[in-house]
Amino acid sequence: MANVLVWAVWIVAAFSCLASGIAVVSFSNPFYSAPALIGNLASLAVLYLLLSAEFVAAGQVLVYAGAVMVMFLFVTAYLGGRADAPWAGGPTWQQFGAVLAAGAILVEVIVVIGLKAGGRLSHEARIDSGFGSPHRIGRVFLTDHLLAFEITSIVLLVAAVGSVILGAHSRRSDTTGDLVHSEEAGARP
Amino acid sequence: MRGPDVAWYLAVAAFLFATGALGVLLRRSPLIVLLSLEIMLNGANLALIAFSRLHGESSGQIFALAVMAVAASEVVVGLGLIVAIARKRLDLDVDKLSFLRG
Repeated sequence: MANVLVWAVWIVAAFSCLASGIAVVSFSNPFYSAPALIGNLASLAVLYLLLSAEFVAAGQVLVYAGAVMVMFLFVTAYLGGRADAPWAGGPTWQQFGAVLAAGAILVEVIVVIGLKAGGRLSHEARIDSGFGSPHRIGRVFLTDHLLAFEITSIVLLVAAVGSVILGAHSRRSDTTGDLVHSEEAGARP
Repeated sequence: MRGPDVAWYLAVAAFLFATGALGVLLRRSPLIVLLSLEIMLNGANLALIAFSRLHGESSGQIFALAVMAVAASEVVVGLGLIVAIARKRLDLDVDKLSFLRG
């Protein structure tokens, strides 16, 4: 019975994951794509839970579906949802090539998985109930993977500083925008 | 609790990665290109976590958390670039942004 339930949850999560991924790619307006990606991330969190990665699932919802996507929606709202019809004017050779390349990646990955690891993928290791818990993850992160932890924090810091510099530079060099101009004038009386 | 094998999760991860790659190659709006990149990273994350479960080893989940941090930084810088492009009144079209000089 529990078996059937796990399969049912997996099927629902996997299909909503794939469907929302296709929706992100095919919506013409980024304002609809962003909520579709939130659905994608939420159903991925369900898959992570099924793989007993509780902490990563929580982090996924908090960091991705929370922080990153809110920022995305703000920027989309700031720029205005400009529609960009993906299939306008019939398929070009470029789009044909894109579909071909994506299909090639898919086939390649599946063939490699099937050939290289086919038989070994059904013997999952036995795990205890603490696997994937915040306690376990925190312990491994701050002992064995301390260097990765520190490098991650440096990467985040560099990204934040770089983004501030990008924003400041574009504000300084832009002399045509009226809004920007008045802001600068207000800042330097 | 016996659910689907790890191979099923890997198949979903491969589909997600291919969907994201399709979006990156096909779409011209940089915002949607960034969203498709997120899908690709999440496909890789799902594979990492599936292998972490297969081997009963937490390191894969650590790697997935690091990938999430990198994805967050990538979105921050990418959105900063897109806002800078929009401020310069350029078209938000990756095909037309063929030069980088300001």
